[in-house]
Amino acid sequence: MTETVSLTMDEPVAHSLLDEDAQGVIGRPLNRIDGPLKVAGKATYAAEYQLDNLAHGFLIGAKFGRGRVTRIDAEQARTMPGVIDVFWDFDHFIRNPQQGGQKSKPVQGVRDVQYFGEPIAIAVAETFEQARAAAHAVKVEWIEEPGLFDFDGRLDEAVTPPEGATEPYACKGDIDAAMAQAAVTVDAVWTTPSQNSAAMEMHASIASWDDEGNLTVHGSYQMPASDRQQLADALSLPPEKVRIVSRYVGGGFGSKLGIAPESVASALAAKAIGRPVKTVMARQQVFDATVRRSNTRQRIRLGATAQGKLLAIGHETIGSNLPEEDFFEPAGIATQFLYAGDARRITHDNVPMNRLLSGSMRAPGEAAGMLALECAMDELAEALKLDPVAFRKLNEPEADPQKEQPFSSRRLVECYDDAAAKFGWEQRNRTPGGLRQGEWLVGHGMAASARSNKLQPSKARVAVEADGRVVVETDMTDIGTGTYTILAQIAGELLGQPLTHVEVRLGDNRYPPGAGSGGSFGAGSSGTSVYVACQSLRERIAAKLGVAADGVTFKDGLVIAENRTTPLGEIAGGMEVIGEIEPGKMDEDVTQASYGAHFCEVHVNAHTGEMRVKRWVSSFAAGRILNEKTARSQCIGGIVFGIGAALTEEAVHDWRNGKIVNRDLAEYHVPAHADVPHIEVTFLPERDVHANPMQAKGIGELGISGAGAAVVNAIYNATGIRVRDYPVTLDKLLAGLPA
Amino acid sequence: MQLSINGETYAVEELDVRTSLLDLLRERLGLTGSKKGCDHGQCGACTVLVNGRRINSCLTLAVMHEGDEITTIEGLGTPEALHPLQAAFVKHDGYQCGYCTPGQICSAVGMLDEVRRGWASHVTDDVADAPQLDDAEIRERMSGNICRCSAYPNIVDAIREVAQA
Repeated sequence: MTETVSLTMDEPVAHSLLDEDAQGVIGRPLNRIDGPLKVAGKATYAAEYQLDNLAHGFLIGAKFGRGRVTRIDAEQARTMPGVIDVFWDFDHFIRNPQQGGQKSKPVQGVRDVQYFGEPIAIAVAETFEQARAAAHAVKVEWIEEPGLFDFDGRLDEAVTPPEGATEPYACKGDIDAAMAQAAVTVDAVWTTPSQNSAAMEMHASIASWDDEGNLTVHGSYQMPASDRQQLADALSLPPEKVRIVSRYVGGGFGSKLGIAPESVASALAAKAIGRPVKTVMARQQVFDATVRRSNTRQRIRLGATAQGKLLAIGHETIGSNLPEEDFFEPAGIATQFLYAGDARRITHDNVPMNRLLSGSMRAPGEAAGMLALECAMDELAEALKLDPVAFRKLNEPEADPQKEQPFSSRRLVECYDDAAAKFGWEQRNRTPGGLRQGEWLVGHGMAASARSNKLQPSKARVAVEADGRVVVETDMTDIGTGTYTILAQIAGELLGQPLTHVEVRLGDNRYPPGAGSGGSFGAGSSGTSVYVACQSLRERIAAKLGVAADGVTFKDGLVIAENRTTPLGEIAGGMEVIGEIEPGKMDEDVTQASYGAHFCEVHVNAHTGEMRVKRWVSSFAAGRILNEKTARSQCIGGIVFGIGAALTEEAVHDWRNGKIVNRDLAEYHVPAHADVPHIEVTFLPERDVHANPMQAKGIGELGISGAGAAVVNAIYNATGIRVRDYPVTLDKLLAGLPA
Repeated sequence: MQLSINGETYAVEELDVRTSLLDLLRERLGLTGSKKGCDHGQCGACTVLVNGRRINSCLTLAVMHEGDEITTIEGLGTPEALHPLQAAFVKHDGYQCGYCTPGQICSAVGMLDEVRRGWASHVTDDVADAPQLDDAEIRERMSGNICRCSAYPNIVDAIREVAQA
């Protein structure tokens, strides 16, 4: 039995072993160790495992928005070539995916249809083509019932969700009185649409059972540890009978946090036919029946003194979700701590709707909320005749203004200064609509970025082999985040091995349960579990050598102590430890977040309203950067998500049945190459002793936070037109353009 | 029928005429480097080269390609012996999740050949002149390949480096 060494983050860790820097791999911009496999097409994603005797499944979704299935007629479909069977199980199919990190099944039962596209049956055949054809031949009869499809007209039906990861209401002081007292105010409503994560790999599962009733699912999942529990619960199995394998995940962005319908349907079908079943959701089904970011209606109230000191901050969000689903888009989460101001009112309510599930999409909360808050700040700065950077600096709080507790680390002001200097903010256009180059209006905009940082429980096994090679195992995933590489860097740094001598095995429940990829907690949590294991191994090695732990240097496969040099494999071969991290008081006693500042230049065509992002500079401070190359890519990716949110992304619901009408990648517009300029990203040096022993904070969602607002503030600066209804498509500018 | 893929001949029996070239590669031949991201020609993840030209393999039926020379990502290089574009993608971190990557690389190979042949694009100033492969040209010509992780600036860096080598 491998020993588990645990750390609960109750105290700051002032000295990080990573700073001893003997091996010199931590932080460096090293290439991804999984890179050659990925570029050669040899990284294996969920649907690509070659299993014997494989059958193909194709989901069948409801073609109505609310009602009850009365009959499924699969007679004709069953006679089609290659068709094995058509299955439905009204009690056990899951109605919708589960939210991330939940340990129990999502709502089960699909006779009662709650949203358009809800998967109600699955066709299984020898080939994909046969399964798809059979699915289309299945006839479904139903009774339609009145559904909740209108959002704008039903705001008064909004209900307050129970407290989740975020409290729905956080209020302090009397905002109405503070607004009345303020010399300058903004009071306006911003709206953001439903969005889809649109990860390039569609949700997919291959389910196979062995003779002992053990289920293996090769799935595209972000959090195998909790996904296993969800899937086991849905199938009434003990978790140890379920194994999820997700070694490579083709993007997730929140949409693959919890189990999705294809997993349970494949498992039930596979059991029934005694063969493995592979089901890949069609792109349209991903839009129909996985998860969306909720649409939001956000009222922002800001009130300041004539000198620009904020007195009042109100951020009241109404989102939507299926009836009885608790998740809400916490749009005001950064508003709680970003700016000073005594009177504060931050609320979240949900209008129950028969639309597909709302859940976490990249930076749930900040991504939507800062689209409103950071534009409101721009509007108030203008009303105050203040530079938006100077206005933000004026309201930089010394401590968390809501919770009245210290920040763990916060270099937001330095981010403003660094990015502003690199961008040339001093030379910006100062007259909205006043700078024109030919037919293009030129604008400059900025916004702050902030994303909460937290730890999640996570475990990893670190073993030293006889030849000195280091093996790291955890069911943590790498969804493009660079996890394979940074975990190798952490272990390599602490045990003194180059990356060629470190092997990282991820995404398999056979390994200790990791945090999973989500909420920007993956690197901090899983990385710390590796750190804790390596720290313990270092102590064991020191003890074996009879020296103090801090008297040993680990470098290039050698252990050096008191002028003795021993190969790592010789002294530690066969040693292994499971490291475990648990969140503790540091998550509660200090406010942890990563910060940044975005600056961009946008050109708007004076005749057509076409918008082009031409230049981008962002600076971030997020504690220690574990790999400067992959970290930079994460931030670029987030920024581009923000450009999409600002300009193009909108899942349009049919008002008659809630269906997303633009349910593919031709109609739901994510940014393409031509939409994205060169992006300059800088990381300011920082250590966060409260976050974890690595002193690193999350970055996966930092880039998106605030990015879209910088675009829209630049559009205003270019045109003099304020659009508060996202996305800012050109039709919303046309009437106001000078042309 | 017989198909020539990456220089090898594959004999395919009892092929369902509905099978796309992409599904043939992935589901019948085990060549899973070509990816399915939409199955509708909207994302570019399935891009392969047919007789040197880039196409969306999800939008063409396998039965149409007897006698064609098909090149997939597996035919460009291996993890041990990468094609220059594959190596440049690793160096410049021109990917994150890696799912669109084979399509981006195959597309870039085809795109560079189009530029060599003097094909103009939407952003070419004078269609009579040989196009100069600046960043705007790369972005325009690669816009059929979506990368939701948004490694776009890094992909442009990788392609530019190879184009200039």
